[in-house]
Amino acid sequence: MEMNHSHDMSVTLSGVHLDNPVIPASGCFGFGYGMSEFYDINILGSISFKGTTREARYGNSLPRVAECEAGMINSVGLQNPGIDAVIAEELPKMREVFHKPIIANISGFSIDEYVECCAKIDREEQVAIIELNVSCPNVHGGGMSFGTCCDSVAEVVREVKKVITKPLYVKLTPNVTDIVAIARSAEEAGADGLCLINTLLGMRIDIRTRRPVIANKMGGFSGPAVFPVALRMVWQVSRACSVPVIGCGGVSSASDVIEMMMAGATAVEVGAANLRDPYACKEIIESLPAEMDRLRISALRDIIGVAH
Amino acid sequence: MYKKNIYTVLRNEQIAPKTWVMVLGGDTQYLTAPGQFVNIAVDGKYLRRPISLCDYDDHSITLLYDVVGEGTAIMSRAKVNDTFDVLTGLGNGFWIEKEYRHPLLLGGGIGVAPLLRLARDLKDAGQNPVVALGFNTSADVVLADDFEALGLETYVSTADGTRGVHGFVTDILKGLEAGSYDYYYACGPTPMLRAVAQTVPCDGQLSLDERMGCGFGACMCCSIETTRGSKRVCKEGPVFRKEELIWK
Repeated sequence: MEMNHSHDMSVTLSGVHLDNPVIPASGCFGFGYGMSEFYDINILGSISFKGTTREARYGNSLPRVAECEAGMINSVGLQNPGIDAVIAEELPKMREVFHKPIIANISGFSIDEYVECCAKIDREEQVAIIELNVSCPNVHGGGMSFGTCCDSVAEVVREVKKVITKPLYVKLTPNVTDIVAIARSAEEAGADGLCLINTLLGMRIDIRTRRPVIANKMGGFSGPAVFPVALRMVWQVSRACSVPVIGCGGVSSASDVIEMMMAGATAVEVGAANLRDPYACKEIIESLPAEMDRLRISALRDIIGVAH
Repeated sequence: MYKKNIYTVLRNEQIAPKTWVMVLGGDTQYLTAPGQFVNIAVDGKYLRRPISLCDYDDHSITLLYDVVGEGTAIMSRAKVNDTFDVLTGLGNGFWIEKEYRHPLLLGGGIGVAPLLRLARDLKDAGQNPVVALGFNTSADVVLADDFEALGLETYVSTADGTRGVHGFVTDILKGLEAGSYDYYYACGPTPMLRAVAQTVPCDGQLSLDERMGCGFGACMCCSIETTRGSKRVCKEGPVFRKEELIWK
């Protein structure tokens, strides 16, 4: 069999070079250093760290997780130590084990909070991209409520852009009527890129106790089951917008990465798969070259949006 | 340290109406203490099943598990020589407090499992724990003979009174002389742990049981609030000091 020995997996997000397009999604990899006990995480393209807010948050009551066919529902509720502790304690620990550009996932409950957190994280050298989380389904009065309306997305993007120097990517929720309208509105307000999708609002009921499994009743559904939904939205948004798109949702294999890129993603985030198998990203990255050979792809960037 | 590996089923048998014992052969170098758990990938189920170590040696892991849902039902149908993808070495287990001479081991239901290895480790450390095991009914009683075989004073309670003390594990303690114990190690359902923490008048360690997402600290699905900030049951736990826990 003829082998293609040149495997160029590198991609560029708004001037940020990644050795490969595989990025653990926010909330599924902590701040990286815990996962480095499993493998050398420097093989990753980047890491999107745990969604961070101004104040420390404990998050929602337990149970926070429910299993589903080909996926899971979580309702963690943005548990994080707060932006100052992230900068003082988490980033230094992350820096010890991960020597590549990182993506800072920032969430909030008001425009002021997003602006303050983004301004602070923008000054951190390791941070290459700020990912604005306007799509968390597990908190009230923040997170997703900003991401379901064109005007509020535009407003938060405009205000944050005033105080940062790094590229701003907006992470979008699929829980909207028209994701293209939201994406366009983020782009027009100055977003440098988009990341989609966050989790789908879902629910399970324990039929023995007749009560919702999750204490918060509803939560974010993710895992392989949502891949076709995510892929469809990436395809729609990347056709409608000119900024780069990070594809996220149910990605579990090298072929999923390739399919997501063909739909229009420049890079790909892997979420729930890390929770089932802590080696998921490593196995995806290591199997990409063979998959590229099989499909006669010499440079991954060549396939971005080829299915349009 | 923890690691993913493939393990071979050496034994998988029902030992009580809803309880099975599974012995897995494979690498055990990452197991460091009783109270740690493994996380088992089950075909057809997205999340792994976290199961406490009951015992282990250089090449095998013994697990006791209740069949409570589809995932554990799939496990119960595994045959000798079948294989499982397992993460081992997860969580912080029990540690032996050497200054106490008369520990109690308090187990409820399937929570008795991690206490067996702990009992042997305590014996090896020169301590002879008193063992109190609680079950719903006599048919559910497991491991009592194994504790007795270690030569330990072992009591059983059943909620329906069909064996031993009628009532809960805490009712067994009412029959013990005051001062006959000075520390405890407990594992069982949450109501039992709450009762133990609130009524047993000495310090101790408790192993919690919470619904987990990943089992290795990444998802924060099993975080609890403690007196020392939030902690992940899977990562900082599942064993906590009594004074760390907050009972609502």
